[in-house]
Amino acid sequence: MYIVVVGGGKVGYYLAKELLDAGHELVILEKNGPRARQIQDELGSIVLHRDGCEGKHLAEAGANRASIVAAVTGDDEDNLVVCQMAKHHFDVPRTIARVNNPRNEQLFRHLGVDEIISPTRMVLSAIEQDIPVNELLHIAQLKGGALDLVEAQISESSPAVGRKPNDIAMPEGCSLFLLLRGSNVQQIRPDTVFQVGDKVLAVTPAEGEQALRRELIGDGDGVPEPSLTR
Amino acid sequence: MRAVIIGCGRVGAGLAERLARAGHDVAIVDIDTDAFDRLEEDFAGQAIRADGTDEDVLRRAGTENADWFFALTEGDNRNAFAAQLASETFGVQNVVAKINDPVRAEAYAMLGLSTICRTRLLVDALAQHTGLPGDPGADGVRVAEGHHDHHDDSTPALHSER
Repeated sequence: MYIVVVGGGKVGYYLAKELLDAGHELVILEKNGPRARQIQDELGSIVLHRDGCEGKHLAEAGANRASIVAAVTGDDEDNLVVCQMAKHHFDVPRTIARVNNPRNEQLFRHLGVDEIISPTRMVLSAIEQDIPVNELLHIAQLKGGALDLVEAQISESSPAVGRKPNDIAMPEGCSLFLLLRGSNVQQIRPDTVFQVGDKVLAVTPAEGEQALRRELIGDGDGVPEPSLTR
Repeated sequence: MRAVIIGCGRVGAGLAERLARAGHDVAIVDIDTDAFDRLEEDFAGQAIRADGTDEDVLRRAGTENADWFFALTEGDNRNAFAAQLASETFGVQNVVAKINDPVRAEAYAMLGLSTICRTRLLVDALAQHTGLPGDPGADGVRVAEGHHDHHDDSTPALHSER
């Protein structure tokens, strides 16, 4: 598989190294001269000392025959432009962007970037796992962001306490599937009764998220916790 | 009419002043306070020192209610990014991005963004000055009229969901 990596920082460097070890063919575009030479010294002549945002440099890198273009610079705007150029100018089937500001995720997705990796979001999620929150925790995005895998923590103020799955007004397209109770993991069945302290894993489309939150967590006027995502 | 401008360089400052003088409501955003020295003392608009590619900053600048949005920073990518944020996230109808790389300007014009390319404008103007005929292919200003409505299926990525 031929892969074009734009940005030779830490992420780009280790990404290239792993991909080379796995036997893929690739090129890194890095606009900073000393950094480009440094990568070349370590990984061989797979580096182009070029700005990957410029159309002619992407062409030079063979973007038109790439299976994947991965934009992993530290600047969101550069990563977006690289992916849009790759997608619309070179018909690259799969574009991957690193997104630093989590607020930008939606725009990237809306503008057609196939895969979005947000390190900030990942650390945020890891922190949120340990803090009681009355928001849905986002665990993962499925189907390119159309669906979210979320976790809801059932607290005393939750309307779901003492109820079974069929008693809950499930928003369109939502599905509850796994229950974490103490150290047990169990499938959610029609006779499951939700208890305080349960964690419920669910898959939901973005538009069903607020309704699902109301059903499982409540309106949030119980014990308000500062949300880390807002 | 309300206009939001990001980038208070010569072009941004000049446009901001002209719009403000004509009585329009103008907000101009730049990350560098010194950039605002380019504005006249009696500039009637709002000057905001912040990162114009940040959604919260654009909201603070009133982009939601803007009739016009101009992305005029020194960076082509920042401009392309901010312009798309304005049109897609805030639904601004008239958005112009300065994109000096002709290849990128062309690509974004095809995606339905109105672009202005200084490189093309100057090359064409200077070529004409020497007596060469104007090159209709080297159009420095590309206007996408009502791009929300006139998209074809080949560019679904920029379709507005609203």
